[in-house]
Amino acid sequence: MTRSPLVLLGRIWLALILVFLYAPILVMAAMSFNASPFYQLPFEFSTTWYAKMAGNQQIITAAIRSVLIACATTVVATVLGTAASVALFRYDFPGKRILQVLLFPPIAIPWLITGTAMLVFFFAVGIGRGTPAVLIGHVALALPYVIVTVSARLSSFDVTLEEAARSMGADAWTVLRRVTLPWIAPGVVAGALFAFAVSFDQFVVSYFLSEPGDSTLPVLIYTAIRKGFTPEINAISTIIVTVSMAVMFLATRYSKFGGSR
Amino acid sequence: MSRVDVANVTKKFGHATALDDVSITFEDGGFFALLGPSGSGKTTLLRTIAGFYFPESGTIRIGEQNVEKVPVEKRDIGMMFQNYALFPNMTVADNVGFGLRVRKVPAAEEKRRIAEALELVQLGHLADRRPSQLSGGQRQRVALARAIVTNPRVLLLDEPLSALDKTLRVDMQIELKRIQREIGITTIFVTHDQEEALTLSDRIGILKDGRIVQAGPPREVYDRPVDAFAAGFLGEANWLPEAALPGLALPGAAAGRRFATRPEMLSISAQAPGEGRNAVKGRLLQRVFAGAMATCLVDVAGTQWKLVARDRDIPELPGGGEVWLSWDPSDTLAVPA
Repeated sequence: MTRSPLVLLGRIWLALILVFLYAPILVMAAMSFNASPFYQLPFEFSTTWYAKMAGNQQIITAAIRSVLIACATTVVATVLGTAASVALFRYDFPGKRILQVLLFPPIAIPWLITGTAMLVFFFAVGIGRGTPAVLIGHVALALPYVIVTVSARLSSFDVTLEEAARSMGADAWTVLRRVTLPWIAPGVVAGALFAFAVSFDQFVVSYFLSEPGDSTLPVLIYTAIRKGFTPEINAISTIIVTVSMAVMFLATRYSKFGGSR
Repeated sequence: MSRVDVANVTKKFGHATALDDVSITFEDGGFFALLGPSGSGKTTLLRTIAGFYFPESGTIRIGEQNVEKVPVEKRDIGMMFQNYALFPNMTVADNVGFGLRVRKVPAAEEKRRIAEALELVQLGHLADRRPSQLSGGQRQRVALARAIVTNPRVLLLDEPLSALDKTLRVDMQIELKRIQREIGITTIFVTHDQEEALTLSDRIGILKDGRIVQAGPPREVYDRPVDAFAAGFLGEANWLPEAALPGLALPGAAAGRRFATRPEMLSISAQAPGEGRNAVKGRLLQRVFAGAMATCLVDVAGTQWKLVARDRDIPELPGGGEVWLSWDPSDTLAVPA
């Protein structure tokens, strides 16, 4: 293999990017296992902070809450998003293009703005703050991700498969269940994982929409940091990072599946 | 098995009329080819019979049942698609058995009928494969087995052979014809390939601009086309220039009619032929040797004529020289101008 200086430079560049991306996370993970509460070196391995965290009822409650909200968001957003994708794929109606284009801005608009807008809106229509508001907000944020992933998978779907199934006597429900859904399943799974990640990692919208006292995990971490930083936060953050990365890893695996088959 | 009657069917897409008052009967057990250029409405007619489209007016009967308002899944038809449309997530056996499972046929019977259908298309040994592991010809057979396994009343084929290469296509034509005869199913077949239509079917319908131009047995349509389009679309036609008409023996009066010959009816010679044959003078443009057969292109008073004959039946001719093309007067085609 020839090594031109350019290739070498490229590799250094790549290495730097990876260091900037992952070094803070790795430091945080390391510190969550360090016995010292003041980040003192030498490193002394300990699981104290994990034990403390496990005993912290506030953290446990927030974590359960986060998981429940993420699961509910995943189910609702995946079902609605898949149905919407199939409808967008199958039918032509006035304004379809505009509707499809309108799916993208929520991904691009800063969550801070979306969150503020939702807060204002929910108060205006009387929903106010609280779990229903958080749930609606999360579903709204996750929906475009589901629709985009499922639609990507559907774009390679051959409609004559549905016609063939119908010609053999299958009704609409059987066609959906036996032909269409098996084909888009990888896209649906990827979309569901995205939805889970969007909800579970969500801070801004949750922070704006949840009532004081029943915050989700990211919100709890934020408030905890403001009061004073303890390595407990490192521990819970390490767990979140691990879970999120696992979910994203699965999501990319499935969406790759979707593209290649 | 049933006969299919289409009566006065009109189908529009927006402002475009795809089928314009079409009436045609498909006999029980017959093999019927719908032939026409793209946009002629042949596929629309097939899909209307299948039930994917509902006509604006007119009736469609399959057997004794009026079906023009019945959706496709309730019409009890078998259909084969241009791209075969095999379910990629199912094995060959599951693909074939799909229609049986939808009809809730008992498992043992389902298994037996799948095996029978696969045997009929000679693919019994590939039952556990996935469509992606099959060749084009094998996929085509699976699609056929899947279309007939439910014993539908009518088999509809939408250009089923167009995706195959030439040699495979000829094999499949013979195979398709054998299977159709064996089970005796009423078959309607859409194609733009005239040779395929002639080879396979016992009746042909030629479509143009959403209308049936002519329908009948292949030989009848070929020998007695009703108009210039039918003459030129099924087979090739050499049109007689008006200036050449005097002196020729024509079938009936020349007024208001056009005359043509088929390329294979012609003989070519350097000298004027003897009595009793129609002949026109032309200039030989090209002689193309193709093994057993040869084609000659001849300029006849400004129109290009084509002759097809066994190469050994064509005499040595000086290129660019004057030649005579002659034919038996009874082989002259006449259509309304």
